[in-house]
Amino acid sequence: MKIIACIKQVPDSEAKVRADNGQVTWGEAPLVINPFDEYAVEGALQQKEANDGSTVTALCIGPESAKDALKHALAMGADEAILVSDPALNELDTVGAARVLASAIQKIGGVYMVVFGRQTLDNGAGITPAQTARVLGWGMLGLAGQIKVQDGSVHVERVIEEGRQNVSAKLPVVVSVVQSIGEPRYPSFMGIRKASKANIPTWTLSDLGIDAPATIIKRAELANPPERKTAVEIITGDTPEAIAETLVEKILAEKVL
Amino acid sequence: MKTLVYIDHFKGEVQPASWEALGLGKSLGSVSAVVFGVNVDAIAKAAFEHGADEVFVANDPSLEDYRAEPYASTLSALASSSTPDLILFPTTARTRELAAMSAVDLSTGVLTDITGLEKNGDSLIATRPIYEGKVMEKSICSGKPVMATIRPRAFPKPEPDSSKSGTATKVEVKSDALTTVEGYAQSESAVNLGDAGVIVSGGRGVSNNPSLVPPAGMDEKEAEIWRAHQGFTLIGELANVLNGAVGASRAAVDGGYIPYSHQVGQTGKVVTPDLYIACGISGAIQHLVGMRNAKVIVAINKDADAPIFTQARYGVVGDLFKIVPALTTEFKKKLGK
Repeated sequence: MKIIACIKQVPDSEAKVRADNGQVTWGEAPLVINPFDEYAVEGALQQKEANDGSTVTALCIGPESAKDALKHALAMGADEAILVSDPALNELDTVGAARVLASAIQKIGGVYMVVFGRQTLDNGAGITPAQTARVLGWGMLGLAGQIKVQDGSVHVERVIEEGRQNVSAKLPVVVSVVQSIGEPRYPSFMGIRKASKANIPTWTLSDLGIDAPATIIKRAELANPPERKTAVEIITGDTPEAIAETLVEKILAEKVL
Repeated sequence: MKTLVYIDHFKGEVQPASWEALGLGKSLGSVSAVVFGVNVDAIAKAAFEHGADEVFVANDPSLEDYRAEPYASTLSALASSSTPDLILFPTTARTRELAAMSAVDLSTGVLTDITGLEKNGDSLIATRPIYEGKVMEKSICSGKPVMATIRPRAFPKPEPDSSKSGTATKVEVKSDALTTVEGYAQSESAVNLGDAGVIVSGGRGVSNNPSLVPPAGMDEKEAEIWRAHQGFTLIGELANVLNGAVGASRAAVDGGYIPYSHQVGQTGKVVTPDLYIACGISGAIQHLVGMRNAKVIVAINKDADAPIFTQARYGVVGDLFKIVPALTTEFKKKLGK
């Protein structure tokens, strides 16, 4: 079974991200694999282990530097990695990303399962998995906390606001995973060595045989959120009851209840 | 401007942000609502009461459980025939998928989790947080209809007017499901943090009550989880008095103290309650990004240097096992419960 893990490279979550002259900047902070996508790689590797003869391919759209994120996936245990990179993709929106990913998945061929993280840390929309499924015409199993393949169907436990829902679909499917899938494994020493030597092919739009998708959603403006000026007021008292009394009065005075 | 609002519900329980979306649509011009499911007459009635000029209903057994494909196909067909300028959704796990797929069908785009929407001539400019809220983006969707999911509690909720009513219009249903719903395990993990006005959260500190003696025969890990459950029971009692929800930090979820659906933060849920009470949470950046837009933040922690205090309006340096029950008692008294 051929499994694809779709990943993205984003600024580290500790980065001081800011809007600066109409651009997003993050200073010297490193670019890393999107933390949600580590769960995608973990979920894909679990399925490889559970289904004999399976392979995992990590797939990413991004600049040449995004190969570092793909190397992370290889070091975790992915068998191969592919980068889709083209200057014409600089203004890519989510629908566009779904179309490009779907083309790459079709070019890879013979794919049974595509695994995404729940969302990316940068855009945060979380809609590319469903859009990729729609473009491919495959079933979409979103927000999976557990995945099981049986008799040509994929069964997942979906984690939604109201609880857990058991959902299934016939292969091939697109799955997005949440944290309950399990803690992403650390890259092994052998994995890191393999990844450092790996030859990662780069596909352009012409390799995929498609034009750049039209950009439907355009960024008009960027701003920094207003600084939160908090000076904490520490509530003290001789007993927990005295502290509670003062604190409850303060909270009630805020009129938020 | 013609707006269509998707009323999201789970087994008849409407996501309150659906009404907020209806109010937003109304402020821009005429607004229709659409409801999917079985026996949804009461929801259609509520949609009229919340300001819908017209309500579309797709009442069909095949739509009893939410499934992305038939819902998206039915919505896309309705949008093609009723030609709204804008389709609004409350942001939920379901609508992110549904809007995403419908946007592919309609060759348009979706702006997710928006916190603002302004008219600028003929176009709409949506505000949405990106990079975990570190930056605010204003975006324009050049496709038609414009599609957007709104962040719960970001827009005012219209007051229902029970004198308003109307006759719902039937919608043709598309049944092209690729997925099967096998069942629910609606468990103790069911929690809707997005809509909660008050959230009381626990962190690693909930397991640190040395005065609790776990039952004999537990190993160290079991004893830790047992202690944590005692801590979360106190937190749950406080949340109850405040009609709030129970949240948790990643450390508490990773520790096995509470299910993932309670997690607030970067890999959990981003929340915007009016009141957030953080108990035994140190305040890792991943947690802070998930809760820092709460109106009033209260932190209770033993460690006076914990980063959570940099975000809090009020702080208590102390033992949550003593402070939280005292707060519950005091709130009960003051709120007359």
